[in-house]
Amino acid sequence: MKLILSLALTVVVASTSMVIAGGHDGNPAVTARKAHMQLYQHNLSILGNMARGNTDYDAAAAQAAADNMVALTTMSQAGYWLPGTTNAELGDETRTLPAIFGADSTARTIGADLAAASVALAAVASDGLDAVGPALGPVGGACTACHRPYRARN
Amino acid sequence: MKNLFIFFCFGAVAALAGALWITRPITVDPETFKSIDSDASAGELVFALGACASCHATPGGEKLVLAGGREFTTDYGTFIAPNISSSKDQGIGTWSQADFFNAMRQGTSPEGKHYFPAFPYASYARMNDQDIANLWAFMATLPASEQPSEPHRLTFPFNLRATVGFWKALYFRTAYVRPPAENERGRYLVEAIGHCAECHTPRTALGGLQIERWMAGAPDPSGKGKVPGLTPAQLDWSEGDIAYYLETGFTPDFDSVGGSMAAVIDGTSQLPSVDLAAIAAYIKALPAIE
Repeated sequence: MKLILSLALTVVVASTSMVIAGGHDGNPAVTARKAHMQLYQHNLSILGNMARGNTDYDAAAAQAAADNMVALTTMSQAGYWLPGTTNAELGDETRTLPAIFGADSTARTIGADLAAASVALAAVASDGLDAVGPALGPVGGACTACHRPYRARN
Repeated sequence: MKNLFIFFCFGAVAALAGALWITRPITVDPETFKSIDSDASAGELVFALGACASCHATPGGEKLVLAGGREFTTDYGTFIAPNISSSKDQGIGTWSQADFFNAMRQGTSPEGKHYFPAFPYASYARMNDQDIANLWAFMATLPASEQPSEPHRLTFPFNLRATVGFWKALYFRTAYVRPPAENERGRYLVEAIGHCAECHTPRTALGGLQIERWMAGAPDPSGKGKVPGLTPAQLDWSEGDIAYYLETGFTPDFDSVGGSMAAVIDGTSQLPSVDLAAIAAYIKALPAIE
């Protein structure tokens, strides 16, 4: 089931990338990773809006979104996190900072933290809002841990 | 003619001496706060909201080791955050509480010199005595680092600390900018401890805040990117959106915070919900500035 989910998400990311890429001549690696980030954001918004009380809690929808997060963190992103595609080379097309590819980059460790936090989130996503809210914290923390050193200001 | 020249030189020297005397570093009266009982545990929250570690922790180092070393590139040169750990040799371990109050309230060092306003004492000066004392007590509990502070690399004449006296005369105002209305707590958190305007308000060529453009956004001091404005002309988030962002780091569309604002969220995420609501209310009450 998880394999099917992962494959489906891969198709979604790839097709989203193609749709976005079709609109301009952007760097394909940047386009692909932006699509990946948008899917993180979309699934987090489903869970986060429930946690905030903006939408009613729906156990099935919460579980699906959390499972998507897990699947997204297990996909290989090696094809689009490429040296030479940072804002140093591509300017305003991307906010990715060169430091992410530095020798002392912690991006892989942060990615592992995000994966672990997503697994923990998925384990409780069907258990109600009282469980989902706290489990979102480490996921957001991992996102911030990467955005803090490796994403430029707008 | 010669006498006139001598008279002119004498007058110029006298005027400069007078100006330097008028703009000399000021110190606080230690009698006003010496009876305060400080609370280190309460100071932890002040420390977090003041985002002290975001500037003084060594990049890549432990957040609570205030060894300094972070560089801030500006139009005036590069400021380098000093070691303010509890080290007696390299940090502020030998400071008295009065020294700490002088730094926070007047921007004056124990040696009687001006601090450059990259240290946001113009905001911290609005903090109440108890919070400063609590912060002082908490910082004394933090680990020492023996890493020496590096000198700032500033261009002339901005490298002369005496010029800061003139800056203070022009821009150092401890009065609050916004009226308190019914939200004195929000104003205190934003304008004093949180020192939000130091980044979110544009500056004059001499580095003073442009009060008439309070919180309307500013160029990033590094020259790359912008610090977003928070007035209704730039930010249409609800009070709930703002409070949730300060608590979790999530924007209303669930992007997550990054850059230097992440360190701010480290602090605000520890605030009680009533304080988050107070900050949000303050921001929503700002007048729109295009």
